[in-house]
Amino acid sequence: MGVFVRYTPMTVTETSSVARDGKAQSITLGQTDPLTLDSGEELGPFQVAYKSWGQLNADKSNVVLVCHALTGDQYVTGVNPLTGREGWWPLMCGPGRPLDTNKYFVICANVLGSCAGTSGPAEVNPKTGKPYGLDFPVLTISDMVRAQAMLLDALGIEDIFCVIGGSMGGMQVLQWAVDYPKRVFSAVPIATTWRHSAQNIAFHEVGRQAIMADPNWHHGKYYDHGVTPHAGLAVARMAAHITYMSESGLTSRFGRSLQDRSGVTYGFDADFQIESYLRHQGISFVDRFDANSYLYITRAMDYYDLTINHGGILADAFRETEARFCVMSFATDWLYTTAESRNIVRALNAVGKQVSFVEIDSNNGHDSFLLDEPEMLEIIAGFVRSAAEQRGISTDDG
Amino acid sequence: MTGKRTTTAPFNADRPADIRIDLLLIANKIPAGSRVLDVGCGDGDLLHHLVHQRGVDGRGIELSQQGVNRCVTRGLSVIQGNADTDLAFYPDKCFDYVILSQTLQATHRPDKVLQELLRIGRRAIVSFPNFGHWRVRLNLLLAGKMPVTKRLDYPWYSTPNIHFCTVRDFVNLCADLNFVIEEGQGINSFGQPMPVSGNLWMANVFGTQGLFVIKRQDD
Repeated sequence: MGVFVRYTPMTVTETSSVARDGKAQSITLGQTDPLTLDSGEELGPFQVAYKSWGQLNADKSNVVLVCHALTGDQYVTGVNPLTGREGWWPLMCGPGRPLDTNKYFVICANVLGSCAGTSGPAEVNPKTGKPYGLDFPVLTISDMVRAQAMLLDALGIEDIFCVIGGSMGGMQVLQWAVDYPKRVFSAVPIATTWRHSAQNIAFHEVGRQAIMADPNWHHGKYYDHGVTPHAGLAVARMAAHITYMSESGLTSRFGRSLQDRSGVTYGFDADFQIESYLRHQGISFVDRFDANSYLYITRAMDYYDLTINHGGILADAFRETEARFCVMSFATDWLYTTAESRNIVRALNAVGKQVSFVEIDSNNGHDSFLLDEPEMLEIIAGFVRSAAEQRGISTDDG
Repeated sequence: MTGKRTTTAPFNADRPADIRIDLLLIANKIPAGSRVLDVGCGDGDLLHHLVHQRGVDGRGIELSQQGVNRCVTRGLSVIQGNADTDLAFYPDKCFDYVILSQTLQATHRPDKVLQELLRIGRRAIVSFPNFGHWRVRLNLLLAGKMPVTKRLDYPWYSTPNIHFCTVRDFVNLCADLNFVIEEGQGINSFGQPMPVSGNLWMANVFGTQGLFVIKRQDD
């Protein structure tokens, strides 16, 4: 495997364009050394699609790894070519933003099992020439992180200055700190948890059953039939979307307002605005997401438990890490609650790690981390800036 | 903390000492390189001073959301939490100093909090408003009303400060709990310390606040 990113000084114009627009790339990994998954299966060769912004400094000390959530992708900021819309975290990442692409080399890779260019069930299995479908091995969050580590290895990057992400991205952040305790300098897990609860698993199972109950699913072989289980996937997305919003948020945004009509229709049309909104969420999701990827990634999240190799003790999982943490939760997030973030903080304190913890008072539930929450942005900017001082990151190379 | 990287911000001797005099008196008692927990760290003024000017490895706990946000934005390692309940999650003797500055009177069980401070820290530095001060005594005597001081400007029915004590009360509590008072002072309104070992009566009458460094007998 070659080194794909080499430190070469750029012109001012090149620098500012890479800071703003980034560079989307893809790499083949595991050709000679396959990735051994938690299940024991081996995966390789496989593809990882990633995007980066800014430039790597001379001592490669300015790497920020962004980890995306369940239905996210590597298009953090700038136009997402798959949807034609703005990326999912433009307020967090870009020139002058908390993850300042004038200062840091920001990189985000599409997770293993997903469907934005990284190998997953919809991609062609090089061994059969057909889409993997359910032949794709079942993954864990650890496997996703291992694939990211292989990507960084291939890019010649050893240390991560900051690993950051929300929701499933936050799970990867914590997994990074646990699995690679010496490689991570700072970690920002947002709106996340340390293991999937029974309730978390239950909601995911509803989504999976909706997909698998769709006759178009064909036991995962819908690629061969020229159809997609879009109805099932849309229902899965609708159910999940409810868990991303708070009750008070739904009430203040929709209440019992009717959708373009003066009274109820005594039928099963989308009378209420919330119904119309959810249907729209479901329908627009199926255009950009693969149903089997949804099965695989939700499964990986359900299998997630940081204590699994540490005797069930969360503090023991963190014992070796050298990272400093900024843990953040949102008051109205009932999917991954403040109580779970506090458990993470207490475990980190118990083993004497440097940790900051903030609960943001937002009405937007779990999805708050994706929205314009000025306090979140300000706090992360402060944390990252101070970590950069401690790391001694110089920004005036070249 | 171990490892190849620096874990505290670089020592910065140029920054002016722009913190309150009572906080400065606390800071003066802490040697460089100590591991410190500031319980009830507010906006992080003392912690910031300790980390940036004294080369201290400092952490904080603060109850108010606003205070925590301010601290983390300033790059301090601070968590939102409560002195009465959250100290239990720290292991024994993980800090050299635990600071409780102007917070003791707002806890539900000051005695239990003090015991926790000396479980997780080798020494505790505690400062509190002294209700033995002559002005407080005189106010109660003449006006017959619960004292409201300039610093603690709350009426009795809505004050978060629920357990006031005097310098003498604190000395007695330390004796009851078998704590050793390494240093005990009343601080007068000019910021001058009056040692309780010299004249406890003076310290208790003229100190607007008490400032103590305490430890367990076996430490």
